[in-house]
Amino acid sequence: MTDLPTSSYPALLVGLPVLMATISLFFKSRGNAVAGLIGCLLTGGLGIVSFAEVTQRGTLIHILGGWKPPLGILLRMDSLAALFIGITAVVGILISLYAWWYFSSRKVSDGKFTLFWSLWLFLWAGLNGLFLSNDLFNLYVTIEVITITAVALAVLSGRTVALFAGLRYLLAAITGSMAYLLGVALLYGSTGTLDLGLMGQALEPGATATFSLIIITLGLMIKKAAFPFHFWLPPAHSSALAPVSAILSALVVKGAFYIMLRLWTEVFGVSLSYAAGQLIGFTGAVAVIWGAWQALLQTNLKMLVAYSSISQMGYLLMAFPLLILAPGVASGSADWLAPAWTGMAYQVMAHAFAKSSLFLSAGIIVFALGHDRIESLRDLVAWKPMTAMAIGIAGVSLIGLPPSGGFMAKWMLLKGIFLSGQWWWAPAVLLGSLLTAGYVFMLLRLAFAPAREKIAFRPVPHILQVCALLLALGSFLIVLPSENLIQFLGGTESFGTGIESIMEGGVHGNE
Amino acid sequence: MEMNSLLLILILFSSLVPGILILLLHERQVFMRSFLNLLGAVVKVGLVAWVFAGYYSGEEYVFIFGLAPDLTFALQVDHLGLLFAALSAVLWLVTTIYAIGYLEGGKHLRRFFAFFSLCVTASTGIALSGNVVTFFVFYEFLTLSTYPLVVHRGDDIAVEAGRTYLWYTIGGGTVLFLGVVGLFVVAGPVYFGQTEIIANLVAENELQLTILFFIMLTGLAVKAAIFPFHGWLPIAMVAPAPVSALLHAVAVVKAGAFGIVRLVYDVYGIDTSEQMNLLTPLAVFAAFTIIYGSLKALFQDDFKKVLAYSTISQLSYIALGVAITGVLSTTGAVVHLVHQGIMKITMFFAAGNVAETYGYKKISQLNGIGRRMPLTMGAFTIAAFGMIGLPPIAGFVSKWYLGLGAIEAESYWVVLVLLASSAMNAAYFLPIVYRAWFCEEGHEMVHRRRPGRFETPALLLIPVVLTGLFSLAAGVFAASANSPLSIAREIAERLYLYLP
Amino acid sequence: METHQIYSLTSVVLFAIGIGGVIMAKHFLKKIIATIIMGGGVFLCFVSFAQRDALTFADPVPHALVITGIVVAVTSAAFALSLARRIHQLTGEKTFPDEK
Repeated sequence: MTDLPTSSYPALLVGLPVLMATISLFFKSRGNAVAGLIGCLLTGGLGIVSFAEVTQRGTLIHILGGWKPPLGILLRMDSLAALFIGITAVVGILISLYAWWYFSSRKVSDGKFTLFWSLWLFLWAGLNGLFLSNDLFNLYVTIEVITITAVALAVLSGRTVALFAGLRYLLAAITGSMAYLLGVALLYGSTGTLDLGLMGQALEPGATATFSLIIITLGLMIKKAAFPFHFWLPPAHSSALAPVSAILSALVVKGAFYIMLRLWTEVFGVSLSYAAGQLIGFTGAVAVIWGAWQALLQTNLKMLVAYSSISQMGYLLMAFPLLILAPGVASGSADWLAPAWTGMAYQVMAHAFAKSSLFLSAGIIVFALGHDRIESLRDLVAWKPMTAMAIGIAGVSLIGLPPSGGFMAKWMLLKGIFLSGQWWWAPAVLLGSLLTAGYVFMLLRLAFAPAREKIAFRPVPHILQVCALLLALGSFLIVLPSENLIQFLGGTESFGTGIESIMEGGVHGNE
Repeated sequence: MEMNSLLLILILFSSLVPGILILLLHERQVFMRSFLNLLGAVVKVGLVAWVFAGYYSGEEYVFIFGLAPDLTFALQVDHLGLLFAALSAVLWLVTTIYAIGYLEGGKHLRRFFAFFSLCVTASTGIALSGNVVTFFVFYEFLTLSTYPLVVHRGDDIAVEAGRTYLWYTIGGGTVLFLGVVGLFVVAGPVYFGQTEIIANLVAENELQLTILFFIMLTGLAVKAAIFPFHGWLPIAMVAPAPVSALLHAVAVVKAGAFGIVRLVYDVYGIDTSEQMNLLTPLAVFAAFTIIYGSLKALFQDDFKKVLAYSTISQLSYIALGVAITGVLSTTGAVVHLVHQGIMKITMFFAAGNVAETYGYKKISQLNGIGRRMPLTMGAFTIAAFGMIGLPPIAGFVSKWYLGLGAIEAESYWVVLVLLASSAMNAAYFLPIVYRAWFCEEGHEMVHRRRPGRFETPALLLIPVVLTGLFSLAAGVFAASANSPLSIAREIAERLYLYLP
Repeated sequence: METHQIYSLTSVVLFAIGIGGVIMAKHFLKKIIATIIMGGGVFLCFVSFAQRDALTFADPVPHALVITGIVVAVTSAAFALSLARRIHQLTGEKTFPDEK
């Protein structure tokens, strides 16, 4: 591991946002926001540049302070990490720009919003740190940084609904973290290392491995609001301020998913079985259908969008049963691994773009009307055509219609499903699509319907709409470079160890 | 990029770019909007004509863009695609002129014309698709771009109709998606015309291929309005007349019919389809739909409803022609793809003109209208006679070939279906023609909404006269080179006789 | 039974008590204390693995981890407490509305 090319990008990706967050704390009101926005733009730019660097040079590492592992901390930026960092950067920049105009058109003296910028930068640092982590404990620390800053952001509005939702979110997240940490303790006890790669080699199948697998998976599923632990997500995401909702749903839930992906593919190989994959896939399938169904029943736009997150995150879990091979299947013959893997990556990207766009659009509607009842979307195409368009485009990507990123994700996933012969997942994918079409078109239908009375709305800065629309378009634009992206993710020698092993042979389950 | 590939992209861009630009314009920039629209339409016709000429002088037109290692976005030109692209381009130009006149002074025109252009982009994309995946991409794009047109009026009825429309088409699209992915997994990326791929797989995967065929057929049948998936079509009539015209002639329903033609001829191949016995169910459903649509049309009083049910019936002629094997019936099916388009668009233009000029929407109100609007109703009469199958109008040619094909294939029951349908066509179209020319006007006060020099504004009159003449010309000059019939004939001969 | 086994067993029991508390207790304070108990269990578990074998030194890594873990846990608990206090100030509630 330590012989890979070294670069200072990984350290900067964590250090810079922390520094800028601290600087912005020294200023009040306007200066705070200026420092915060500059910090966001720099961090985002750095994320994009470092992504480009990884595509050129392959996996980069950074050894903090020159202390080599196991004592020191090693940051690793492989293709998977680069992908997540890249998405976070692009989505983060647009959300930051939106937030700048969103907050500056409110009363500047409103002191409580000034915390937004430093919290968001700390959160960003946590996310980058999480994606770069190469050991289990580092993952724990970074996800805790993310949780605390995320909850703080979620309650920023100070409304009681948000406070209740925030406390529930925090308690759920702490429980999840503790479960995860207990699993880490057990794993450390049996292997004597925290490094992902070394632990994967040292772990032997047995009761400890199985128990820690279960408890870690449960803990992470609470944190990523997987079915049936999703209860905290809709109130928390829907009661937050618009830019915060976008951050929480597009980026934060992906953190816990990322840890789960890393651990399942790089550490738990020996203790996974075909049945475990089927079980996770099943919870995913239920989430897809149940979340979309709940979304159909909502009367508030932000609640609808929040339930849609539960549904969309379910698709990610449906890739797991495809990645775990049944005993006796030769890895060379498993031609469905690549589609399943790239489908999952596309789902992550498409959802990040589409969902943030939807929440920002919902924010525009709240901004203009003061509430977000779905009924109030009537005649939206006439009074806010650009927002209606953003909702439409993002919605189309969520449904998975071509040529969106969501389409690529579903195409790959279905292809993997058919190739692996696990056809029973196909109805869930398609039914999920249909239900998603149901709630997206419920919104569009209202948007085209005539208004019952004259709509009185507050003028909305144009740039807010532009940000939402750009994010929506992003969910389509990710299809253009797909050939290169898939190659990049597919991993040649230089990209990432874990992915390499998956692409070569899947995760081999035991009997 | 090569010139020829660029041309294909330009054909798509000639309507896509105006569509996007129009969205950016201001609602009041009427001149700029109309200019962009017409410019795009004229450029498209020109480009298609260029490609047409080039293709016949031996040029090849292919554009390929890799999305994933084995997933490609491919455009290519073959006879069938070219025929459909030419139909879309010409009728779009005509409909654009009509729509500018028809919607003058209406609301939300920016949105309307933008999506109108996107809709034609999708339609041309379907024509030029080189493989199944690309076809599917444009097929879904068509659904989305037509939705705002269907609900354009924006009242509750329109929005409700839009909902029905979406449920049918999105449902159909989802089913088609399943089939397309399945086909991709079984057979890999199938380019249109590579029928040997499926043929080689039949021995091993017959069951899977049969299931996939019917899954895809179901998905396509929703747009082609084949019974029992026709329910959305009469409801979608709430759209403004130019939209209905385009939807019925080249866009949505034609996309479904064209998809069926592609599926049978260019994906599975005619030999394989017959060998696997896939075509009999299609023939039965198509024949039933022909009779059913005609029967329903008999009992309508709403002018546009009659035309809608007539479309359901007429479209299944194409499916029926595909389902019967033989050079003649294939010729009939392919040529009807074009003929039905120009005749039906004429009828919708005429219905729109009557409604727009005098506010008449019911057949019982049409007494004597022919004397007030001789050119409009003259064009309508030509199209109606064509639909019934009277020589020398376009519809006669297609019915003639379908009938000959049925006799050639010894499917005499199909001949009966065709005869019965023609009789019913006459039974619901002739009364309209009779009322228009021979009945005295009623006592009610006739109030003309749009006064002017001609019987109706020139922008509304020119298109209907043009398409009426097209319908006549397509029949009269059917035997000449480069007529729709001769192209259809060439397509059919290539399919069966394996000409180069 | 050896010392570290007793430690491990106790830690699991503590963890279970904590989980039970978070789910079943209604009062905010009780819930928050339950998370702290859960944390105690986890840290005890870590410490019990420090003694890999009786002969050599204790493994320093778990200790470092536990200290970091405690800092994180204290932060979360403090944050949760401040949220609960704020809710109490604004509404007078001590429990979630749907858990009364």
